[in-house]
Amino acid sequence: MSTAEVTSARPDHPAGRAAGPVGPVIHWIRFLRSELSLIFLRWRNLALLAVLAAIPVLIGIALKLSSPGGGGDGQGPAFFVQVAGNGVFLALASLNVLLILVLPLTVAVVAGDSVAGEAGHGTLRYLLAIPAGRARLLGIKYAALVIFCLAACAVVTVAALLIGAALFPVGPVTLLSGTTISLGAGLLRLAFVALYVAAAMAALAAIGLAISAFTEHPIGAIAAIMVLALASEVSDSVPQFAVVHPYLPTHWWLSFDALLRSPIAWPDLWHGLASFGIYAVIFGAIAWARFSTADVTS
Amino acid sequence: MTSASRAAGQRDEISFGSVDDQPMPAAARSQPPGAAGPAITTSGLTKRFRGGQVAVDGIDLAVPHGAVYGFLGPNGSGKTTTIRMLLGLVHPTSGSHELLGVPMPAGTNTILPRVGSLVEGPAFYSQLSGRANLARFDAADRTADPRTADARIRAALDRVGLLSAARKHYRAYSLGMKQRLAIAAGLLRPRELLILDEPTNGLDPQGTREVRGLIRDIAADGTTVFVSSHLLAEVEQICSHVGVMRTGRLVFEGTLDDLRSRGTARILVRTAQPAGAAEVLAKLGLADVRTGEHEASAQLGGQAPEEICAQLVHSGVPVAGLATPRPSLEDLFVELTGEGFRVDG
Repeated sequence: MSTAEVTSARPDHPAGRAAGPVGPVIHWIRFLRSELSLIFLRWRNLALLAVLAAIPVLIGIALKLSSPGGGGDGQGPAFFVQVAGNGVFLALASLNVLLILVLPLTVAVVAGDSVAGEAGHGTLRYLLAIPAGRARLLGIKYAALVIFCLAACAVVTVAALLIGAALFPVGPVTLLSGTTISLGAGLLRLAFVALYVAAAMAALAAIGLAISAFTEHPIGAIAAIMVLALASEVSDSVPQFAVVHPYLPTHWWLSFDALLRSPIAWPDLWHGLASFGIYAVIFGAIAWARFSTADVTS
Repeated sequence: MTSASRAAGQRDEISFGSVDDQPMPAAARSQPPGAAGPAITTSGLTKRFRGGQVAVDGIDLAVPHGAVYGFLGPNGSGKTTTIRMLLGLVHPTSGSHELLGVPMPAGTNTILPRVGSLVEGPAFYSQLSGRANLARFDAADRTADPRTADARIRAALDRVGLLSAARKHYRAYSLGMKQRLAIAAGLLRPRELLILDEPTNGLDPQGTREVRGLIRDIAADGTTVFVSSHLLAEVEQICSHVGVMRTGRLVFEGTLDDLRSRGTARILVRTAQPAGAAEVLAKLGLADVRTGEHEASAQLGGQAPEEICAQLVHSGVPVAGLATPRPSLEDLFVELTGEGFRVDG
């Protein structure tokens, strides 16, 4: 065995080089693709995405069953009352509901697992010995998380739109400010809402990545991220803490309704996006500070 | 294999033009980088963990180029921590080291692609197949050519005999298959240095023999192999050089022959009259005469065994057998590493 096969494997450098070097971008894409396939081909993550798709369906059915009465305009959560009149609002209602728990939980699971899972499995030491490069590995991990956040928001939005269109009439969208815009313009606004929510989740993912870099127990990391998110949401609802509200990581999550006014309420939107960006940068830096110096003993 | 054909598999930054295939003497430390210097050198390498526990205490390794170097020591003597430092996974508290003549950790990105490793047992993604696992690790290597990935993965799997199980899920692999997959990961591309931490841990005798054969093959290709073990027998069969660790310190480094020559040879006489034999041995001036059931022994000193035999026969001692055993390596290791060393595994 072997000698022949190994020499046949040997073309690696010399022949590979002769055929021209492969640029770093190709290597980044290849590594990112590998990372994405790990995330998206994992049954647990697919189940989470399925739940994200199923909840809008449940909300839609529930609203369809209760729609004749209308149920009192003042009491229903935002967007719910509009769903009966326009299925597009089911997407907004779904994002609104899922942002409370399920969406952050999904992101927490994947983000908490990102580094801690590799450490817990022991695959981290092999990745680093390859060497994947610590900065590069962290960058790839975060890029994959951001893509997962986008996918999660897209799943909710698309599932809600489909079920909304199936159960309710769909037409020109009446914004929160009372103006009515065309369906196409409404869908565009909805796409921006989904992107805004994905940005919020990407900030949470950065927090998750940092926490994940501190442990080799993914469950611990996931729990910590969720506790942090819930603590922030609770604090955000306590009026006595009003001073710190704008600085809480979850405070701006629901500000996507700024996109549903005419004109768009830019200050709220910028505040939100700035908050997400700052959180991503701070926790990205924490993750890097930890990961670049940590002894990998798992 | 000649050095020229070996160099063909290497990158061109460093040329190994004039290496002969003789393992270098252990004394050949600290050659300038770029020459065919030692594959691994460490100088005062120390790791003190946060609890204050010193896992590795100022070790100076010199692993000659082309050697199969056995890194021996009891469990907990600092072998794995040393290997983790060599690979840049753990940051040394003090001291420095070079791999293939290049200082680490500065050379991490340029040198580690030329180093294959197995650290503290195999670790893979249980939901992926063997092939997909290797593809994952190959994708993480920014110096591996994606165009040759499939062929290289195939060759690596073939080399460890896993080609038929390539599509099986890793979680369905036996321990021996997992271990072999880990070695395959180290062989995804030609390496100049292979660092294997306990490669036969947990394997049955059959698997152990396969891995040993694999290591011999790899070494025959000119790859320097650094293999840690707590099993003496393993090291004795495949290694040209050994380093022995004891509680974080390197207590011996050299060739196996160096180690053997540390022991003093004895003469052992098998006889029906041990007492008579012992008397003759003592009369000949041999030290440390001992008797056992049907045998007598003494330190050989400088005397010729055949003359001792003649004397015994001359004195009427029936000699059923004569041997001049040196202390087994096992004895020497126990001596070096102290109690608690598992020589038999």
